[in-house]
Amino acid sequence: MSLTHLERLEAESIRIIREVAAECENPVMLYSIGKDSAVMLHLALKAFAPGKLPFPLLHVDTTWKFREMIAFRDNLAKEHGFDLIVHTNQEGVAQGVNPFSHGSAVHTDIMKTQALKQALNKGQYDAAFGGARRDEEKSRAKERVFSFRSAQHRWDPKRQRPELWSTFNTRTNKGESLRVFPLSDWTELDIWQYIHLKGIPVVPLYLAKERPVVERDGVLIMVDDDRMPLEPGETPMMKSVRFRTLGCYPLTGAVESEATTLTQVIEEMLLTVNSEREGRIIDFDSAASMEKKKQEGYF
Amino acid sequence: MDHFEQIKAEGIEAYLKAHEHKELLRFITCGSVDDGKSTLIGRLLYESKLIYEDQLAALEADSARMGTQGGRLDLALLVDGLAAEREQGITIDVAYRYFSTKARKFIVADTPGHEQYTRNMVTGASTADAAIILLDARKGILTQTRRHTYICSLLGIQHLVLAVNKMDLVDYSEEVFLKAQADYRELAASLGNSQVTCIPVSALEGDNVTKPSDKLSWYQGRTLLGELETLKIGELDSKRTFRMPVQWVNRPSSDFRGFSGYISRGSVGIGDKLAVLPAGTTSSVKSILGPDGDLKTAVAGQSVTICLNDEVDASRGDILADAADEPKVADQFRATIVWMHEEPMLPGREYVLKIGAKSTAVSIAEPRHKVNVNTFEELPARTLELNDIGVCNINLDQPIAFDAYKENRQTGGFIIIDRLTNDTVGAGMLDFALWRSENVQWQSLDVNKPARARAKGQKPCVVWFTGLSGSGKSTIANVLETKLHAAGRHTYLLDGDNVRHGLNKDLGFTDADRVENIRRVSEVAKLMTDAGLIVLVSFISPFRSEREMAREALDTQEFIEVYVDTPIAETERRDVKGLYAKARAGEIKNFTGIDSPYEAPLSPDVHVKTMECTVEDAADQIMAELKSRGRLDARGS
Repeated sequence: MSLTHLERLEAESIRIIREVAAECENPVMLYSIGKDSAVMLHLALKAFAPGKLPFPLLHVDTTWKFREMIAFRDNLAKEHGFDLIVHTNQEGVAQGVNPFSHGSAVHTDIMKTQALKQALNKGQYDAAFGGARRDEEKSRAKERVFSFRSAQHRWDPKRQRPELWSTFNTRTNKGESLRVFPLSDWTELDIWQYIHLKGIPVVPLYLAKERPVVERDGVLIMVDDDRMPLEPGETPMMKSVRFRTLGCYPLTGAVESEATTLTQVIEEMLLTVNSEREGRIIDFDSAASMEKKKQEGYF
Repeated sequence: MDHFEQIKAEGIEAYLKAHEHKELLRFITCGSVDDGKSTLIGRLLYESKLIYEDQLAALEADSARMGTQGGRLDLALLVDGLAAEREQGITIDVAYRYFSTKARKFIVADTPGHEQYTRNMVTGASTADAAIILLDARKGILTQTRRHTYICSLLGIQHLVLAVNKMDLVDYSEEVFLKAQADYRELAASLGNSQVTCIPVSALEGDNVTKPSDKLSWYQGRTLLGELETLKIGELDSKRTFRMPVQWVNRPSSDFRGFSGYISRGSVGIGDKLAVLPAGTTSSVKSILGPDGDLKTAVAGQSVTICLNDEVDASRGDILADAADEPKVADQFRATIVWMHEEPMLPGREYVLKIGAKSTAVSIAEPRHKVNVNTFEELPARTLELNDIGVCNINLDQPIAFDAYKENRQTGGFIIIDRLTNDTVGAGMLDFALWRSENVQWQSLDVNKPARARAKGQKPCVVWFTGLSGSGKSTIANVLETKLHAAGRHTYLLDGDNVRHGLNKDLGFTDADRVENIRRVSEVAKLMTDAGLIVLVSFISPFRSEREMAREALDTQEFIEVYVDTPIAETERRDVKGLYAKARAGEIKNFTGIDSPYEAPLSPDVHVKTMECTVEDAADQIMAELKSRGRLDARGS
């Protein structure tokens, strides 16, 4: 009996998740509501079945997520009885930080990176799972499965611990922490295939539907609520669109698509000519931007 | 290979079905920047159509800006990730790349070929099923080729593929290729590798990487990708006997108790008889819970939860194994160690060793030798420095179940962690056990401590006298021993001065020597209690931590600390041996109470204040303590 690549990826991810639960004192799973989080959560449930998840879920809410994401999150938590912690940077809210007047870089730093650090400090977590994959972006290719962070949450690419076999060093001193990436070896195609194969529920925004959008700098932005300031002469148009990644709606580009089923989405993805992160506006800000963000504590 | 065509021809459903049955192959690429390694990986990604148009646009811009390939696409830039390295034009760490064909999904570990980064290559090789070793056709076998081949062999990689690259620069000469092939086969054979495949390629021109090339018409074998798609993945051989380290004990309720783990070898089925190691208890498999529910059987490479038919005790770090072929249990090993940290290995220091799901304390002896990875010569060494590979004996603080690394990577490979910084400082592979602790445990069952104590008709213990020089320890101990002897007890008095004439005559009076002095005496005292004796120890023993160590080596009721409390003014006034005078005159250094500290016990079991009682009183006081603890009852404990 030879295992398929998805069976092997599944087994290795489950092993990583169990290792953290067994060795870390106070782990937490970052749940971003997207497809990768959906797979990670699904694997975590399998890792501890028939028992419950031995750690809480944490969602860093920038207050600018798509409404459908929040509804999906709350439904899921209710249905499974998850211990879900939602954290928002209240100082940022008080200062009125938003992607329109402050730009994507400032918004992401304050409402995402700083908010994440606040939440991790508050919970005193010594390990946080994230759904990042190495194939997403070049600087991620060198990321460890167990990524060591200083007490200031900084990532030093030169001081990462060597990882041999699947024998992971989970030890930290007080204040230091680990970011753990159980999906490191999965690709975008693996994720979709697995979701398809296992029937894992995902936010409907991944499927095409008529949605109100405006076009800005060649990117289709969905007008998800009335906080979005329209420029003079700009009116939302209804277009059949879907999203390849999900985040803050003003920073997430839609793609025009007719793919209303999962298989159609996979087909489109396989035949497409642009990479997944292209829809993420935060990556456009500077070359090697992801690497900088990671050093500062971004996931 | 081209998924655009596949989907068009077969439709998406058929495509997905086909891709569900792909296998997974992990391989490592070894070679230096100059060998065109990044170009080769870039080519594999590029030709498997996994580069999107926006990435291609970025690549074109980068290629033009860097100017490395004179206007052509520089495929190596697809691979070189971090900003700092892109500026230097080299890769500095282990990077993982992904691509897939219809047959397989590939995970590529890309590691640099620089000597100072042996660490990275060992890391990449540890999970690889196969290795591509790159050779520049113009240069033939180089020192680094030997090094890469050695490390791949050491880490147990099954398949070595030699890619003779830059064939375009030697006019696609068959002669050059055959020479390289013959030389390499010889090298690999000298390291015990027989499974070697040699393939001529040009990564830059794309010859024979994913497609056969007209320019290499004399070559009849597979393309490089063809080889990667077909070579047998042997590591997950399910025919070998079952092993699963217990990672997590799953007990959600009183009616479910399962042992979760990743099967590292073999297969398991319901009803199979398993042993729990190191304890050695056995039971049979009641049920196996896999990711999608109950399974009848499970194989290596799956994460499962196993329930047993009996209530056997197993915890994280134990190993579930085929009861008919249990792994051995030991605590001392010969191991090959790769040092991975700037701080050199310190022989004798205590590190943490993590093997499978088990962590234990380890001390590493001075290396027997280290290996020159270029010449394979064995060199003498006192320590191991960054990137050194050496053979050492290691000593764990508890026995573990293990298989030699060559039998099982998962239960034979370990990492070494620094206790203070928590850095991973080294990694190693168990070669064999030096000593099997299970044999000794088995022998000790026949005649053990209670049995010997019974034969003596007494309860062994240690009466530990501590106090300043001249406080009266030996005098009181003498009287106590006389009383015990008169009562028919078998005793032995270990006296500081006497022991320093023999067992400890190599030790002086520095703090380090005092620690060793007491360590040895407590070991002797422990052996004597094991033999059934009542042991009186009369040593200054100035440090609390060493007296605690002696106490911890014994059962609580067996250790009686007697503080012979005489003020220093009085001991100096008595000065029976004239030592205080000499110390004051500076003739003796490190004298306790004068220029070396004495740490008085905080709560001694017996506190003898010699200024307030006679020697007889003191001995009776101790006898009373022995009685109250039942140590003088005329039967074994």
